[in-house]
Amino acid sequence: MRLRFLLGDVWVGLRRNMSMAISVVLVTMISLFLLGLGLLAQRQADVMKGYWYDRVQVSIFMCTKDSRQPNCTGAVTEDQKENIRSQLDQLRPLVKEVFYESEQEAYDRFVEQFKDTPLVGNISVGDIPQSFRVALSDPSKYDVVASTFEGAPGVATVQDQKKVLDKLFSILNKFTRYAVALAIVMVACAVLLMATTIRQAAFSRRREIGIMRLVGASNMAIRLPFIAETIIAAIVGAGLALGLLVAAVRALVGDNSRNVVLNQATIGAADVWHIAPILGGMAVALAIVTSTITLWRYLRV
Amino acid sequence: MIRFENVTKTYARSQRPALDDLSLEIERGQFAFVVGPSGSGKSTLLRLVIREEPTTSGSVLVAGHDLAMLPPRKVPRLRRQIGTVFQDFRLLPNKNVTQNVAFALQVLGKPNRAIRMLVPETLELVGLEGKGKRMPHELSGGEQQRVAIARAVVNKPPILLADEPTGNLDPTTSLDIVRLLADINNQYGTTVVMATHDNVIVDEMQRRVIELDHGVLVRDEAQGSYIPAPSFDEPAPAPEPDEGDLWADPNPDWTEDVVRGDD
Repeated sequence: MRLRFLLGDVWVGLRRNMSMAISVVLVTMISLFLLGLGLLAQRQADVMKGYWYDRVQVSIFMCTKDSRQPNCTGAVTEDQKENIRSQLDQLRPLVKEVFYESEQEAYDRFVEQFKDTPLVGNISVGDIPQSFRVALSDPSKYDVVASTFEGAPGVATVQDQKKVLDKLFSILNKFTRYAVALAIVMVACAVLLMATTIRQAAFSRRREIGIMRLVGASNMAIRLPFIAETIIAAIVGAGLALGLLVAAVRALVGDNSRNVVLNQATIGAADVWHIAPILGGMAVALAIVTSTITLWRYLRV
Repeated sequence: MIRFENVTKTYARSQRPALDDLSLEIERGQFAFVVGPSGSGKSTLLRLVIREEPTTSGSVLVAGHDLAMLPPRKVPRLRRQIGTVFQDFRLLPNKNVTQNVAFALQVLGKPNRAIRMLVPETLELVGLEGKGKRMPHELSGGEQQRVAIARAVVNKPPILLADEPTGNLDPTTSLDIVRLLADINNQYGTTVVMATHDNVIVDEMQRRVIELDHGVLVRDEAQGSYIPAPSFDEPAPAPEPDEGDLWADPNPDWTEDVVRGDD
């Protein structure tokens, strides 16, 4: 009974103040959408780190007969290769795995990767140097490997794939920061708008409130409809934000559910549902805190 | 039931106290008129009883509770013991008679079953049986005030305060309304305190009269008459608005009290 009366009151309030309710919904939606984007970008970075850091390798390219690096005096010799291999063995357990890629294998991989492009015709066996592919147990300790082998006899260059990834991660981190900063501004907008809406709603129902006070309705009975209205508007906003996030993830990342490799390296719609409780909780908390403070300030009981 | 002990009330922006060292007691079941010119402190007296305002000094006791000691969260409970009626009726224009009366019970969380029983019963008491579906604007002034009285007493409060309840009504209707209040007083033993300007009513009823002037108690008679203003030669001047006494003058928008405006 009591609940039905409250819901009726809430419904009348929302209908009477429809434009304001819609604006609260929209501002909440945008602020939570931005916040969600920030969270998802962070999640994406984590997922990528987990996936790629396992596969990150340091490539130690050998000299070829045409290498122009100062310490290359011609193609790498078997002795030099043996030397490098034993040095790599000494670096265990930092060095997790070592793959050797011969010139023929490097050529085959290149042909496979670029098989439909005209590049293939211009490359022959020997153009791509042989290399050691080294997987590290701790990818951040690249420097140890680099300092050991850079300039070593027979080594042309040492290349760290992690550097390429780090550039990507820094872009993702920057994106996260921008998204969260924007989200904070929008959350401030949402809070102010909620406060204005509540004041307006209280003003439009001042007669009812006056009579409620007069007949001795409790503070909670007077305030609850306003708090409930704000919570409903915020939850609708959060729901729309989640919908937008799912759409955004689909559009940006694509539907990778069938692509096994990429599926592990990128976030998907399921990740949106992981952050849903955070966004929903945030919406409800914002609504409760804002409406309580506003009512406490503007509604004398 | 209601006791004032050396109560002084000075409003923040006023020099002169609205009530000045007032002491009086209104016993359970009594019917008392509070008379006096505008700005004499009648409305302030009523406002203090429902703790709309705190006293500046002295204490107000209602049903044994010292209101100064009453924590704010218990104020609603106090107000449930007190029905209040105003000159301007204060009905909700978008609710019909039944809904207006039921509203007072709904906001207190009363079960629907009780509401369905109490509302028609109370409408019958105030003489509005069969008019439950009317909207306030379809009623005469006297009928609107009856709705307001029904709303004030539907919860069966032991105290009923009426602030110029006949101020907007013609003399005949006014007398009917006061008789209704007297009926409620008789039937339920409700303590009734009515602030009024209306000498005809006061003279007719012959009840206790408490007269205030500039916040000072100047007369308290067990069965008194309204003592008219000294001069009849010229029409009484329009009462000057008294900033301190917020309820004395018809306030065009009384609801400003409730929601602080845009600032």
